[in-house]
Amino acid sequence: MLHSTVQASHHDADHGHEKGAMAITGFWIYLMTDCLIFATLFATFGVLSHATAGGPTAGSLFDLNYVGLETLLLLLSSFTFGLAISGLSNEKKTSVIFWLFVTFLLGASFIWMEIHEFVHLIAENAGPDRSAFLSAYFGLVGTHGIHVTLGLLWLAVIIHQVLHFGLDATIQRRLACLSLFWHFLDLVWVCVFSIVYLGGVL
Amino acid sequence: MMFGKLTLDAIPLEQPIIVWTFAAVAILGCAILGLVSYYGKWKYLWSEWITSVDHKKIGVMYIIFALIMLLRGFADAIMMRLQQSLASAGSPGYLPPHHYDQIFTAHGTIMIFFMATPFILGLMNFVVPLQIGARDVAYPFLNSLSFWLTVMGGTLVMMSLFVGDFAAVGWVAYPPLSELGYSPTVGVDYYIWALQLSGLGTTISGINFLMTILKMRAPGMTLMKMPVFTWTALITNILIVAIFPVLTATLALLTADRYLGMHFFTNELGGNAMMYINLIWVWGHPEVYVLILPAFGVFSEVVATFSGKPLFGYKSMVYATSAIGVMSFFVWLHHFFTMGSGANVNAFFGIMTTLISIPTGVKLFNWLFTMYRGRVRYHSSMLWSIGFMATFAFGGMTGVMLAIPGVDFLVHNSLFLVAHFHNVIIGGTVFGVLAGMTFWFPKVFGFALNEKWGKIAFWFWFSGYWLAWTPMYVLGFKGMTRRLNHFNQPDWQPYLTVALIGACLIAVGIVAILIQIAVSIRDRKANADVTGDPWGGRSLEWSLPSPVPFYNFARIPTITSLEQHWDDKINGVTAPENVHYEDIHMPRNTATGFVISVFALVLCFSLVWHMWIPAIIGFVGAIVSFIVRTYNTDVDYYVPAEEVAEIESRHASVVAGGQI
Amino acid sequence: MSYKKYRYLGSSIFTLVLGGCSNLELLSPKGTIGEHEKSLILLSMGIMLCVVIPVVGLSMFFAWRYRASNRNATYAPTWAHSTGVEVVVWSIPIVVISFLGWTIWRTTHELDPYKPLVAGRPAVEVDVVALNWKWLFIYPEYGVATVNTLSIPVDRPINFHLTSDSMMNSFFIPQLGSQVYAMAGMETQLHLMGTVPGTYMGRSTAFSGPGFSGMQFPTHVLTDDQFAAWLQTAHASSATLDGDAYLGLRKDSEDNPEALYGHVAPHLFGDITTQYDCRMQNSLRRVGDVTRCDVHAAVMENQ
Repeated sequence: MLHSTVQASHHDADHGHEKGAMAITGFWIYLMTDCLIFATLFATFGVLSHATAGGPTAGSLFDLNYVGLETLLLLLSSFTFGLAISGLSNEKKTSVIFWLFVTFLLGASFIWMEIHEFVHLIAENAGPDRSAFLSAYFGLVGTHGIHVTLGLLWLAVIIHQVLHFGLDATIQRRLACLSLFWHFLDLVWVCVFSIVYLGGVL
Repeated sequence: MMFGKLTLDAIPLEQPIIVWTFAAVAILGCAILGLVSYYGKWKYLWSEWITSVDHKKIGVMYIIFALIMLLRGFADAIMMRLQQSLASAGSPGYLPPHHYDQIFTAHGTIMIFFMATPFILGLMNFVVPLQIGARDVAYPFLNSLSFWLTVMGGTLVMMSLFVGDFAAVGWVAYPPLSELGYSPTVGVDYYIWALQLSGLGTTISGINFLMTILKMRAPGMTLMKMPVFTWTALITNILIVAIFPVLTATLALLTADRYLGMHFFTNELGGNAMMYINLIWVWGHPEVYVLILPAFGVFSEVVATFSGKPLFGYKSMVYATSAIGVMSFFVWLHHFFTMGSGANVNAFFGIMTTLISIPTGVKLFNWLFTMYRGRVRYHSSMLWSIGFMATFAFGGMTGVMLAIPGVDFLVHNSLFLVAHFHNVIIGGTVFGVLAGMTFWFPKVFGFALNEKWGKIAFWFWFSGYWLAWTPMYVLGFKGMTRRLNHFNQPDWQPYLTVALIGACLIAVGIVAILIQIAVSIRDRKANADVTGDPWGGRSLEWSLPSPVPFYNFARIPTITSLEQHWDDKINGVTAPENVHYEDIHMPRNTATGFVISVFALVLCFSLVWHMWIPAIIGFVGAIVSFIVRTYNTDVDYYVPAEEVAEIESRHASVVAGGQI
Repeated sequence: MSYKKYRYLGSSIFTLVLGGCSNLELLSPKGTIGEHEKSLILLSMGIMLCVVIPVVGLSMFFAWRYRASNRNATYAPTWAHSTGVEVVVWSIPIVVISFLGWTIWRTTHELDPYKPLVAGRPAVEVDVVALNWKWLFIYPEYGVATVNTLSIPVDRPINFHLTSDSMMNSFFIPQLGSQVYAMAGMETQLHLMGTVPGTYMGRSTAFSGPGFSGMQFPTHVLTDDQFAAWLQTAHASSATLDGDAYLGLRKDSEDNPEALYGHVAPHLFGDITTQYDCRMQNSLRRVGDVTRCDVHAAVMENQ
């Protein structure tokens, strides 16, 4: 066992790069599948956006200022993630950790605001069971929220792994994937903001 | 919180059929567990199979799983045939509607998700890396996870037989029937969670094989030098990646309706059931090409090999496969011409659907011209292929008829439709996977399947198919609808009786396959394949020893032609002596895929029964297992060059011995 | 015993083989749409069989002619491409499908279920409601209704308006022609015309739950005199289909017997169709039917 482990580290250099490229391309394909899930939810929202069944409409429910702040938090978190990645290319471990932590805080604030908004809507009798429109709204925005929450879990784990393993090839690869994931969720949110909120209120 | 809706009443003790089935399953299960313990094989099973990330072993396990599920799905089928042949002219038959409705739902669900799809994935797992000169798939650990998730999905369906009930809504679970108001039992929940598990597994497989084929081909193997089976696998995996997310999302929306009182597809409060029907077929129609394209790939390999000629029109075949893949996304509406779409919409989707028969027709012609001026050997895998050509052409014809809206208005949801898709699925996919199993079996195990029993199996399947499904076509023209539990038309009964006889012939065919496997294992010494190339093969996998060493290729070959192995044989290219081997990088086995899947099963079973505490345990367990895996750095190792050299020389001496 | 079984089996096969077209309902249509669709079936099947039968024949013939043991047959072990053959094998399906594609475009418009039939005689309106598990037919012009039995006059276009008050079903009378789905909360349409008096089976073809098998009804295509007489009988019936009676009828029942109502509440069909839209006030809710809309309305009023 020891024998082969020694050999593995000997060969790591030739396989590390190849493996990293493979993982990132594969992760791209995974993101495309996720994108199709969101596409399905957007299509559903499009079909049901006027099926309010006599209940509240988008115009009467959404506060653009509040959602604007949420959007700002998420966009900012993408920016701070970018700073973490630039720290990675400079191989500054503390900088990477710091910006990942800031990203985590921004993402967590976003989720907190979203939960707050959901609780508020449900209390106003505008929960997901009120109408097909609200089902589609909660379905789409909630799915995005679940993704961000999983992203937060991933961030927490990766922060620990950077501390634990340092910035080796595996961690760099994982950070690259998480970075893709995080920016992807940002992009989805921009669509959510434009189609669900702006489109609903205006 | 702990047991949710689950009580002892959920076990259907009042239904003798189920109790007896349970008894049989329990006895069989205990016998297998006992045998494994008696021979002390638990450690072997665990370390060599359950935790294996070897694509070849995963492929074998997929196929074993598919064969087991075939038995279950076929038991459902023969029960339906018996019910319908009894229940005419006012007789209720022996199955009450709720039981019968579960049976036809389970039959469709099992055959598509847990028989055909795993069988296809099993063949791809085994064959694709060998055909492209790779040592494994792109993500071996995810491959193991995919497999075990699929198995857990199947397990959930099997559990529904004995705990609670299964969905009684048809295999695509149209709302509003599948909504909580109309299907209040746990049946639909079992259906949803079983499909989510297997769907997730299939999606991950799709990503895995897409990456494997795109990124791991041996040097020199351009796309246009890929064997046709790999081409069909490539298109299939593109389809999988593009459609299974839609299924996941659609089922999630139905789940939201049932668990959270939402209104995506309900009658009330603005829900729209037509949306579900559209979404499910956006997944569902390309899914049938996921099932048929790899079968086309198998036939291409088999027909070329047993005709002793290259495949006729390779480029045509590739373009035809790709065209089918693309067009399959623009035809979904033909499943519901009768939903009141306008004539322009119906005509568009009708024409798009018939267009698919152009590349499909070309394929049939190409197989014909592959046999033309060949030396056709009637191996049983060749019989499956010829039987396929003779059967599938009619299925294609009835498919085009169903694609004509004016005809579909009459035969929609009739037995004509049921006969059509069994015509293409049995005559295409099933014949294809069985041909593939026979064809590659020696490569997997090092000995060939028994030919006599293989031919018996073919003839029973073939004649059984025609005897069972010709009357169904006729009944479609007699206006008989699918999914009927009983009816008062005595003139349907003779046809249904003939169909039952046909189903019995297929049953004999299935038994013959089981006997074939048993006899072949018994006579494995006599049927041993020492050369690694028992059929005069043409593609790369036949250049390897049988069974294939765990690292596949001692040296990664360089590809210069489409039929590398054949051309090497013709040009007398042999492996140089005293080759220098290098250390081979291999992934370590891992239990994580299995453990995550077990937690996922706990999660899904708990969700079916609204048992929230076990559900949380399952969910957290799966996530934590995954995270723990990311802390494990000892995931791969190197096989020393000396060990490779020793294994290779052992094979070389066996081949030499065989030739003396 | 066994002799009887053999005789039964023999007669089964005999029926199967020699049954002929007259026993096949779809090929012996009794309505204009059905006639048209029958010829479409025969046309499309005929054209495709011209290709399918030779292909199947050739696959058998090639497999036999070029069997390994036949050393007389030419063996061309490298022959795998021929531009001429390729052109032919792509052309044959393209030609067939081009013709069929054109046929599809033409016939799909001609046979559009929403297209009213023109027959020079006034049409009859029939409103169809799929219930668990029976069919309700309302004749709005005559103010009568039936359950699980349908009577229509011969040679007059029938304008069906379809909806459902539960599951999705498909309304189908095989010998008259096309089927169309009946779905809750919306109205679909179908236009048929019977041309031969007689009784033909009709049923739902979209699975809708445990009572699905019993969702069938005889369709009586009647001469004008017979239809007038039937209307008189119907009017004479004392049964009334008002809101209450309807709410009783919509409860689940299997293998429901036929029923006849001499009077029908006006706008009943419209009320059934629109009840799922909560903004509408309709007679169903006035008679106390508790739908989910009402539950929500009540919740909202309490707050």
